[in-house]
Parts: sequence; C-alpha cells; structure tokens
Amino acid sequence: MNKDALSWGAIFGQMIIQFAPVLILMAITFAVSIYFKRRLGLYGKLFDSTVGMIGLALVLFWMFTAFFAGLFDMVATHNPLDQSAMMKKALPGTPYTKLIGTPDPNAGAYYLLGGDNLGRDVFSRVIAGSIKVILIAPFATIFAFMVGITLGLPAGYYGGRFDTVLSFLSNLVLAFPVILLFYLLVTPEIVQTGIPVYMAAVLFIFPLVFLVILWNSRYHTQPMKRNVFLAITLVIGIWVYLGIAWDADPLGVISFPPNVLVVFVAVVFVNSPTVFRIVRGLVLDIKTRDYVAAAQTRGEGPWYIMLWEILPNARGPLLVDFCLRIGYTTILLGTLGFFGLGLESESADWGKMIIDGRRLLSANILHIAIPPALALLTLVLGLNFLADGLREESLKD
Amino acid sequence: MGKFILRRVGVMILTALCLTFIVFFLTNLYPNLEKLAKTQGNFRMSDEEVATFLNNRGYLQPMVTKYGQWLGVLPGYVIEGTDGKVRARCAAPGQPIEEAPTFCGVLQGNWGFSTTIKKDVGGIILEKLGLTGILMFWVMLLMVPSALILGVLAGMREGSRLDRSLSTFSITTTATPEYVSGVLFIAIFASSAVGLKWFKGTATSAMDNVTFENFFLPVLTIAAYGMGYIARMTRASMAEVMTSQYIRTARLKGVSFPNIVMKHALRNALIAPFTVIMLQFPWLLNGVVIVETLFNYKGFGWTLVLAAGNNDIELLLGVSVISVIVVLVTQLISDIGYVYLNPRISVS
Repeated sequence: MNKDALSWGAIFGQMIIQFAPVLILMAITFAVSIYFKRRLGLYGKLFDSTVGMIGLALVLFWMFTAFFAGLFDMVATHNPLDQSAMMKKALPGTPYTKLIGTPDPNAGAYYLLGGDNLGRDVFSRVIAGSIKVILIAPFATIFAFMVGITLGLPAGYYGGRFDTVLSFLSNLVLAFPVILLFYLLVTPEIVQTGIPVYMAAVLFIFPLVFLVILWNSRYHTQPMKRNVFLAITLVIGIWVYLGIAWDADPLGVISFPPNVLVVFVAVVFVNSPTVFRIVRGLVLDIKTRDYVAAAQTRGEGPWYIMLWEILPNARGPLLVDFCLRIGYTTILLGTLGFFGLGLESESADWGKMIIDGRRLLSANILHIAIPPALALLTLVLGLNFLADGLREESLKD
Repeated sequence: MGKFILRRVGVMILTALCLTFIVFFLTNLYPNLEKLAKTQGNFRMSDEEVATFLNNRGYLQPMVTKYGQWLGVLPGYVIEGTDGKVRARCAAPGQPIEEAPTFCGVLQGNWGFSTTIKKDVGGIILEKLGLTGILMFWVMLLMVPSALILGVLAGMREGSRLDRSLSTFSITTTATPEYVSGVLFIAIFASSAVGLKWFKGTATSAMDNVTFENFFLPVLTIAAYGMGYIARMTRASMAEVMTSQYIRTARLKGVSFPNIVMKHALRNALIAPFTVIMLQFPWLLNGVVIVETLFNYKGFGWTLVLAAGNNDIELLLGVSVISVIVVLVTQLISDIGYVYLNPRISVS
C-alpha cells in the first residue's frame, strides 16, 4: 500500500503512456498527410510550413484527446469529479488513496499532476476540460459564422438602409465590454426570465435560413432536386433547432442543458458582429469584380451571386478568421469560467481551474493552476499558428 | 471636417443611449429586482412583500419611465407607499420631500447610491477611475513603444529570419489571454517554489504606493496581450510601405538603409497602427477587469466584477456608462485621427 511518489521523469513517462492513443493517431495522420500532401490542396500545403505544422499538431492533439476521452473514456486516469480527502493539494505523482470508502479499482494508481484543493485529480480534470472546449468552441464559431454570413452578405451587396441599421447594431454590440455583457447575460436571474432562450431562438434560426437560401438559389431551376435538398434540410434542421433552442425535441434525443445553452448563446452573440463586419467588408471588395458583373449580366439572382459567386471567393480570409475565432472563443469560454459564470461549480473547466489554482499560488502550490493554463495556452496557440500557416500558404497561390 | 465630427458625435450619443438602456433593462428585470429586495429587506420575504417593497421604492414603474428618471430627463418619482410613508427619488436621507429637487439623474450629476460599498456611485467611480488610470498609463508606456519597435523591426525586411521570429513571438502574445499569462508570471516570478521572487503576486499595495516590485507584473500581463496585435498591424503597414515606389527611389538614390527606415518609411507606416492603438482600449478594458481581479487591485475593473456579482444596480450602471463612453470616445478619436493623419482620405 505504501507506494513512493513518482519522480518527474516517471510522471512524464506515465503521461506519455496515457496519451499513447492520441500520439499514435497523430503520427498516423501526419504520416498519411505528408505522403499524400500533393493531392490534398490547401490542407496538404500546410505541411510545407513549419509554423502551420506545429499549429496543426497542437490542435490535433487536443482534438484527439477530447475524442478519446469523451467517447472511449481513455486518456484520463480518474473520474474528474471524484474527491478524495487524502489527496487534497497532493503533489504531482502522489499515489492514489482514499480516506473513506474503497478506491475505484479501475482508477489509476497515481495522481499524475497532483490533486486540487478538493482532492480531485488535476490531470483528469484538464482532460475533461478539453472535451468541453472542443465541443463548444468550434460549434459556437460555426453558428457565429452562419449569422455573420447570412446578414453580412446582403448588407455588403445591397448597402443602403438595411446595411446602415445592421452596421449600427453590430457596432452597438461591439462597443460593449465583453465581460460586462457576460455578466449581464449569463446569470441565473437572466436565465429565469428566459431571455437567453429567445436569443437562442433568433440566433439559431440563421443556419437554417442560410441553408435554405443556399439550396434554393442554386437549384431553383431544377425543382425536383431543390425540393429533395430543402426537405432534408428542413426536417433535420427544424428537429435540431427545436431540440437546441427550445429544448422541445419531439423525439427527446437532442437536449441542451440550460446553463450550457446560455454560455453558447453568449459566445455566439459576442462573435457574430465581428464576423458580420468581416463578411461585409469582403463583399464590398469582391462585388466590384468582373465575374460578379458577368453573373449579373447572365441574369442570376442576387442570392445566387452572393452565395455561389462571392462567398466561395471570400473563403481564404474567412477560413483564416475561422481558425483565429475558434481560438478567441476558447479564450472567451475560459474567461466565463474564470469569473465562474454559467457553470455548475463542480464541472471541470479550464478557466475555473485556473482561478481556483490562482488562490493557492501565493501558498507556493503551482501544480493546480499551471496545467489548465498550459492546456488553454497550447490549444489557442495551435489555432493561431494554424491560421498563420493557412494564411501564408493561401497567399502563395 | 466639422460636419463629419458633428455627425459622428450624434451617432455616438445615440449609441450611448441605446447601450445604457440595454444595461438598464437587463439589470432591472424582475428576478434581479427580487434579489435586490431580498438582500435589502430580508431573505424570507414572501412574493407579495417583495412586490410592495419594490412598488414603494418606485421600482415597478414602467421601464422607460425609470430610465428617464435615472437619466434625469423625467421628474423623479414621489410615491406614497402602502405603509403611509412618502418616498421621493430625489430626496436625500432626512431631507423633506418638498425641498427635494424635481430632476435627479445622471445628467444632474446624481449617479445614485451603491448598495455594496455604501457610498455615492459618482465618488466611487472617480476614485476607481483614478486607480485604473495609473494602471493604464503604465500599460501604454510599456506596450506602445515595444509594440511599435517589434513591428518596425519585423516589417522592414519582410520574410527575413528576424521577421519570422518576431512574428511568431507576437502571435504567441496575442494567443495568451491575461488569465493564463498572469498566472504563469506569478508562478515564475513571484512564488518561492521557482525561487525567483522578483516581484509581488498581488498589486493591492500598489493602490497607495506604486513601485516596480508590486506593479510590474499586472502591467506586463495587460501589455503583453495587446502588444502582439499592434505589432502585427505595424509590421503589415511597414512591409507595405517598404515596397512602395518612393522607398525604391530613395534606395536607388543611395540613401542608407537605416536612414530610409527612420526618415522615409516610419512616418507613413505609423498611420495604421495609430487607429489600432486607439481601438485597443475596449480590449484593454477587458484586460483590466481580468488583471485587477487576478492581482486584487481594487480599480475600475474590480468594481465592475463586484457590482455585477452583487447585483448592485446603480453602481453597475455607472460603471457601464463610463466604459461605454470610453469605448465610443476612443473610436471617435481614432476615426478623426486617421483622417487627420492621412491627407489622402477625404471625409465627404
């Protein structure tokens, strides 16, 4: 029973063993991608730039970690919520014991990165935090892009009063300090009034509108094909929409915990005005090009021109911004956790772990705050490097 | 130019009114008021008691009326409560109702009373703004010159090794949010576990007496996050200027490279970063909130967290008004400055 604490070398060894499936999958991905890189377009070109490759490696690392931990329960050694009175503020590498009750026989023998102030395993909590970030950040960014694109395209293309009003509204949101907005939106009192649900109802309709217009403008000359596409989109879309926004999925499959919904809505709300401005600016630039004039002369409808002529030609800057924005969303999620907004107090969240650990830094306990801080840093850094690599490679054409 | 500024100021005032109304609306929603009544009265009040409590204090008037009164364009309420006591918005404690002024809102300089700090909101905000002003001053002093130097060095020879390493460095700083870099700085430079102990991990003592030891880490934390962005903008602008015709002419004339950078390129390259620096203020405001919480420096951002966390409606409103005005004024200055610095842009 009386095992010795692990040395730092042994801790790293153990961590590499825990991360083994992630690292193996990364190695496979890299090997395959480098072998076929000439045939993979922009993604393949990423492997010509060192910065891009480092970025991709960091992003893949956290994506695969969340994948294995979330679906197969693999990487983490302990239950992230499991407390042990013996392990409070335990140093990294301390053998796992429990004061009361028998320890879970499947749990790992050590707290690799020590225990936090409630005796939970820091390593497993960092892993659990990655699942949350990888689930929320990309989807929130996609939603923000859908909102921004659906509104930004006509604003830039038509201009006029519509543009003035929308630009004013987006400036209004952008003039808010983000933290103030979070404090106003993400409180239990506001959730009681149902405002986040209404905001979700408005914001989440945009992807649906976007797809409907997208199919309709492309295939309105082939009604059969269009109707099939529209029917599929509407059935799946409305089903998901009811489930996510109103928590009223008729089949009861999709549901969204209310506190996650608030966080999601707040993050989408903060991000979409910036996307709107970027899209609007790009449209203003692209609509003067010859191929747009050609499409207009052919007699194409305005939405066809916006979605199938202008949007594909704006994909480069939008893709770069998409990567950067996922990173920014990750930072925002951390900020929310840092101020303890919108979460159950127990849940593993990087921002929350950092502020909890911050209080113990003055007592010279570093191992609680540093791992989540490094985790968040590496993920955001990876996304930024990836965006930089993409920008560099797409400019080379 | 005059017309341009006038129109911008008009839009700014409209924006400020909209934003303050949104904040007013969100803080005055019934669940928030209920919480306020329960913290001010007692926690075991029934729903009817809460309603009378709020009604007697004018909280249940229509939202627009309340907003007008808070702003000072509508006369403050005088309500005879169900308990027979007459309460007026504008009457100071102990002042007879008849002597109270009719209007008392933000426009009259009456910002209300903070329920957490138990002081006048105007006074609190003035004091906290002073503290945050000191912080901002040092941040700017550290951030702007180092960002510009980084950007100019990186941009003067685009694609060189110096450019690549400096650009990677600026990407890293923009990718590190304050709560990560702050914690890392404290761990490395302030804890005895690493052993450096160069600086202090809190800035509470800096409120009375700013020293290098207690103030450098918070300043560095905010400056680092904003620095990368300005540096990248400066780099892009510098790289663009360096490829322009007149620089080529200067080189062909045989002007030395340092002279070209210092005398010819720099002035034109600094126009774009100027607007970026001004637009950084809203971002710095976020940084200030996080860093003041992290380092326990009781300034403006710390007050925002305190007010929002305790549902201190009037203090929160005051803080929001100030931060919104700061953001809008810097946007205005950035626009005007851009036009002023760049004679190629005409306003009409």
